[in-house]
Amino acid sequence: MRRDAVGVGLAVGAYGFAFGAAAVSAGLSVFQACVLSLAAFTGGTQFAVVGVVAGGGGAGAALASGLLLGSRNTLYGMRMAPLLRVRGPRRLLAALGTIDETTAMAQAQQTPALARSAYWWTFGGVYAFWNLATLLGALAGSIVDPIRFGLDAVVPAAFLALLGPRLRSSKLDRRIALAGAVIAALLIPVTPAGVPVLAATAALLLAVRTRGQAS
Amino acid sequence: MTLWILVLATSVGCYALKVLGYLVPARVLHRPQTRRLVELVPVALLGALIVVEAIADGSRLHLDPARLAGFAVGGVAVWRRAPFLVVVLAAALTAGLVRLA
Repeated sequence: MRRDAVGVGLAVGAYGFAFGAAAVSAGLSVFQACVLSLAAFTGGTQFAVVGVVAGGGGAGAALASGLLLGSRNTLYGMRMAPLLRVRGPRRLLAALGTIDETTAMAQAQQTPALARSAYWWTFGGVYAFWNLATLLGALAGSIVDPIRFGLDAVVPAAFLALLGPRLRSSKLDRRIALAGAVIAALLIPVTPAGVPVLAATAALLLAVRTRGQAS
Repeated sequence: MTLWILVLATSVGCYALKVLGYLVPARVLHRPQTRRLVELVPVALLGALIVVEAIADGSRLHLDPARLAGFAVGGVAVWRRAPFLVVVLAAALTAGLVRLA
């Protein structure tokens, strides 16, 4: 478990550094980048919001795509609640740490006790690395132009890495992802920045249509 | 100013979505179809985000050779099941090198 935690920490560090740099390059201040990482604390969502800002999209579209993407954490919370059995202020703390990495690490354990331990350790490690890396990335991004160092290629590649396991999991997932991609590609030239991503949720209609056969 | 509103609204909204998971009873998503649909939302969004980040510059298509090369190499790394860190570094290194050349 500890080796996994180090691996997750390093990956999160690199991703957080890229986020800090991307945020500053989109026009956010170093402080604003850090507030997002400290309080929103959900990587893919933060990238999505900053991406819309970088593309010159409106705040409404940026917020909407961020919240849509962040809604998966609600599902994670529903899964973690019975496992963590937290009450009161500890529940508010547990909620802050409810993200992809912590949920995955907890669910990979054999017993509830191990799952709880994995959850809190992963949360602590990822939170520390993510926020430190955001600060360093934001500072670096305000000194040099992060695009020169390939940041613009990192963002889509990182999104693809997040999507990778889902693409392997089922045919329906692959079709939904592809449909989302096609919708976005078609809309890029004709809609304001941010809209193509929101409109991609229409790809879910495929799931409604094939719901019967899919599961 | 607008940026601050966006930063704070995103922070509050994302945290509220997390807390919500601990407040709603699990039976809300008892129907497997509903749960499956909610689980597919990020799949559609990520598919779109990948395309937008790879080929768009604001609201116009922009095919930058360095960015596309970095993304392609990162994509191969994902396909080969490389660790996340390797994917990120491979994409950055490739795009950076193409830009130098």
